[in-house]
Amino acid sequence: MSPAKYRTYGLELLMIAAAVVFLFPVYALITLSMKNPRQIADSPLAPPLPPTLANFGDAWSSASLGPALVNSTVITAVSLLLLIVLGSTGAYYLARRVRGLGYGLYILFLLGIVLPFQLGMIPLYKLVDSVGWLGTYQGMVLFYTGIQLPFTVFLYTGFIRALPPDYAQAALIDGCDHRQAFTRIVFPLLRPITGTVIILNAVFIWNDFFTPLLYLGGSGKETVPVGVFSFVGQYVSDYGLVFAGLVLAALPILLVFLLLQRYVIKGFAGGLKG
Amino acid sequence: MNSLPETAASDLPARAPGKPATTGEPDRTRRGGRRHDPTVPPWAFVVPALAVYAVVVLYPSLAGVGYAFTDWSGIGDFGFVGLDNFRTLLGDDRALRSVGNTLLLTLAVVVVQNAVGLLLALGVNANIRSRALLRVIFFAPAVVSPVMVAFLWKYVYNPDDGAGLNGVLGALGLGGLRQDWLGNPSLALWSVAAMVVWQYAGYSMVIFLAGLQGVPAELHEAATIDGAGTWQRFRYVTWPLLAPALTINLMLSTIGGLKLFDQVYAATNGGPGTASETLSTVLYKEAFVFGKFGYSTAVALVLALFVAAVSLIQLRYLRAREVTA
Repeated sequence: MSPAKYRTYGLELLMIAAAVVFLFPVYALITLSMKNPRQIADSPLAPPLPPTLANFGDAWSSASLGPALVNSTVITAVSLLLLIVLGSTGAYYLARRVRGLGYGLYILFLLGIVLPFQLGMIPLYKLVDSVGWLGTYQGMVLFYTGIQLPFTVFLYTGFIRALPPDYAQAALIDGCDHRQAFTRIVFPLLRPITGTVIILNAVFIWNDFFTPLLYLGGSGKETVPVGVFSFVGQYVSDYGLVFAGLVLAALPILLVFLLLQRYVIKGFAGGLKG
Repeated sequence: MNSLPETAASDLPARAPGKPATTGEPDRTRRGGRRHDPTVPPWAFVVPALAVYAVVVLYPSLAGVGYAFTDWSGIGDFGFVGLDNFRTLLGDDRALRSVGNTLLLTLAVVVVQNAVGLLLALGVNANIRSRALLRVIFFAPAVVSPVMVAFLWKYVYNPDDGAGLNGVLGALGLGGLRQDWLGNPSLALWSVAAMVVWQYAGYSMVIFLAGLQGVPAELHEAATIDGAGTWQRFRYVTWPLLAPALTINLMLSTIGGLKLFDQVYAATNGGPGTASETLSTVLYKEAFVFGKFGYSTAVALVLALFVAAVSLIQLRYLRAREVTA
């Protein structure tokens, strides 16, 4: 074998070793979720022999994960839809108007990536309360759409700038108006970045803890992280049960990630060029 | 140039008859009054996004700046108190400690997360067989809720001798290194930092990877022919071309570190004592535990100024050293 090949094998072994160290918390998560309290007390690090699945059923019912999953799904899906529509249309303008008003608005949107949401947290809480949207889906959807628009606009604008403007121009010359040029020509071209927009926003919205704790606490519309938070507080010493709950709660978003993961790297690559 | 051909729109015939709009919106031309301009002007595209952004981010942030100068308690009337909140902050040991902690935590996370992310990216960008799987493994924690990661790491940091990290250290014969990772005031902040790095190193990796994939192979070949070794190729070819990825990574991890809340709240709640208190946990407690909304927004304003200052400095410095292939 050539020295270069040996080096590649060496690197591969090194990376696998890093992954094994890196995966230790995940090993603990999965093995503990399949042990009963005695197995955990006797040998916390050993594999779960024999494994039990009882924790999963118990966690599902005592964390009321069913309703929480419905709440999280509704809020995430509607927010994503609005983010895609508002983000892509907004970027259609901002990407092609690079001077004057367009530039000013683009900078204004970018400001939203930097501003900590905590600065507006209390006034926004008052506003949502005053229109009676505390404890409702629409309050959360409005919040997530607004708070994630800057990042979404940033991703879409970078991507549209890298597209040749000729397609839309040809459509306009052929008699389309801007709305038609956008819906028929531009938007279909945005599919890769829409994949990125979906996964990055879905991860943020699905996992957000603070806002639903504040806006949905006690409403019965709590999302998964809030449900898990109070569940963990209740069963704090029963690691098997708690970890089974964490596994169940993390599964949906991990599955979405596995399905869309190729868009993540592509999307970042596009964002770097923009 | 990069501009929409605005003029074309009104001179051209409107939509062909018999071809309804695909969006399902009512046709504006039929509602009267708009017949002379049947097209949607380009600026109209940005209006809905701007409206939502203004209601959710711009207006509340501006109002927040206003509240920072009041003694509002969350209910009833409040008065303008000038700079009192900021003077209070300067004399508030817990708040000052949180400023220090936030900066230390951010520095630790930014440096370690990006260093680890870069090494991982170089590894999984190489021609190794397991690279696709490794990319997924390293990125996966970034997809999981920070609160859940914090609960998982509370177990890893379990003070019991046989469980979690202490258990592993014992099994490896390194029992002398066992610690009460979250309960020891001088370790708690660093333990939180390690947990954050574990969760987001893969995120940095993916951004560096995107940068690495934009480095043309010919440049490496040319450098090799010129006799450059591995380190020289990295230092003089790869590293300068990674500048845009580095800019984004440093900015995202800095902003994320300065705003960090969920992980601290769930893992230590700022403790023990005030050992891991950050600006975000202090402003949360001041507002929702002590009802000092005015003071809390003043803390938020300080946080915002920190974030803005650091991002601007980074952007200026980092953009200046970016080159293109």
